[in-house]
Amino acid sequence: MRFLSRKVAVVGIGHSVFGDRRDANLPELAFEAIKPAIQDAGITQKDVGFVSVGTAGGWYEEFLPAVVVAEYAGLTGAGLVRCEAACASGSAAVASAYNAIASGQTDIAMAVGVEKMTEVDILTSVELIGRAGYYLWEFHNFGMTFPAYYALHATAHMKKYGTTEEDLAKVAVKNHKYGAMNPYAHLQRTMKVEDVLSSRVIAWPLKIFDCCPVSDGAAAIVLASEDKAKKLTDTPVWIKALGISSGTANISKREDFTSLRSGTIAGQNAYAAAKVKPNQLDVATVHDCFTIAELLAYEDLGFCERGGASKMIREGQTEIGGKIPVNVDGGLKAKGHPIGATGVSMAAEATRQLRGQAGKRQVPVKHGNALAHNIGGTGHYAYVTIFGRD
Amino acid sequence: MAFGPPTRALKSRPVTFIFDIPTNKTSRFWDELENGKVYGTKCKKCGHKYFPPAADCSECLTSDMDWIDLTDGEGEVETFTHVIVRPPSFADHDTYTVAVAKMKQGVKVLAWLSGVKLGQAKVGMKVKLVGKPSPEGSSYELIPIQ
Repeated sequence: MRFLSRKVAVVGIGHSVFGDRRDANLPELAFEAIKPAIQDAGITQKDVGFVSVGTAGGWYEEFLPAVVVAEYAGLTGAGLVRCEAACASGSAAVASAYNAIASGQTDIAMAVGVEKMTEVDILTSVELIGRAGYYLWEFHNFGMTFPAYYALHATAHMKKYGTTEEDLAKVAVKNHKYGAMNPYAHLQRTMKVEDVLSSRVIAWPLKIFDCCPVSDGAAAIVLASEDKAKKLTDTPVWIKALGISSGTANISKREDFTSLRSGTIAGQNAYAAAKVKPNQLDVATVHDCFTIAELLAYEDLGFCERGGASKMIREGQTEIGGKIPVNVDGGLKAKGHPIGATGVSMAAEATRQLRGQAGKRQVPVKHGNALAHNIGGTGHYAYVTIFGRD
Repeated sequence: MAFGPPTRALKSRPVTFIFDIPTNKTSRFWDELENGKVYGTKCKKCGHKYFPPAADCSECLTSDMDWIDLTDGEGEVETFTHVIVRPPSFADHDTYTVAVAKMKQGVKVLAWLSGVKLGQAKVGMKVKLVGKPSPEGSSYELIPIQ
């Protein structure tokens, strides 16, 4: 893989509170992230040459939302695009803004991720997300839901490796522990293994507390070229590599259900391009839309060998102080997963950690590298981004 | 900061979408479901097999396909889930089990696994694939082989 020569840094981050945000409409919620990102970067809207808006949409009133978001925040005139890659739409927006700078098209760009999911009732969102696999072949006759897609992977992983429902529950417990410390998280409360195991079954073996909540939220980052970044900040966080891949639309065409091949390939591409190994990461955010998804990510990203994820979670190796802290912002599970906002939120968290601004949740930064793993659908889209202080 | 349900909200104007999905190019597949049969396709040039049936070959990009009968012979369940919380458009159905089975023809099929109670489905169980005629629109299902 060949990479463009211009380096790109994150120089500003902004984040709304995630949750039931029926108090704000789409552009108002995006504004809550765009404003602090612009202020953090020390720029004005006029400095921004390109804006990408990551949002899946369909559950709020604006049909073509990017222009609404841009106008409300005073970004009219900048190059503008809406990016959609299912639950990885936010990372697609980061990639789009990255490319605008790396290619020399502009010197300062913004990636904005936003989703309003609570303007329809929760079962309507179940209906719409269920259609986000392959409507014709998997929803029309069989009523697949997103928990059901990941449940297929949980069943296969449990059968092949002996992973248990309790292992899955431990992922939720860990992520809620950190979510309780994150003022931007939707569910700022702790949870016990028994709470998860005794919660209502949604799609066996997954229970309600194995699932991320339905959330509203927004996140934004400002990206800059090397020259601009060095003028704007003493603590630029560089995007060292983007690994991108995809999987089949039909889940039935996957080779197996114990991993997400697209996530594995995206990870391998990102490590190779960044010249970073898994043991040189200080922190990772991985796509834990369901607890099983976090365990798949440990294996797909090489944090452990195939089948080793349950041992990692049992031994606390992915907590702060462990081998590699994972989702210490609460993850999608506790922080919430406003679809298009998630990838941008992951980039903001990587930046916060590498700057040393994560407060009680701060990881020790030894190598200066962080990874964000954002999956769209059930491995339909995969984006792995590696960030670094150098 | 306190957030939560709004003290005010504007109801949008309603809109209903019903899409007419073309099935011309796979018409035999839909017709044969009425006879209890389920067909996939096979590229005449490169031999690649497809389920769901495809009118075009994504491997060699030709569009000359044979039909293959997937109701002939058994398959094996690779994974499954019991769907308890259903989408509103499936609210009239009981909870259902969805499985992915690998058929002896080499293709995999995602469908409801019928005739098993909650907790009875197993990875590795032998199943057959059958067409399921219905006035509301025909479908297909996996059934355990006793």
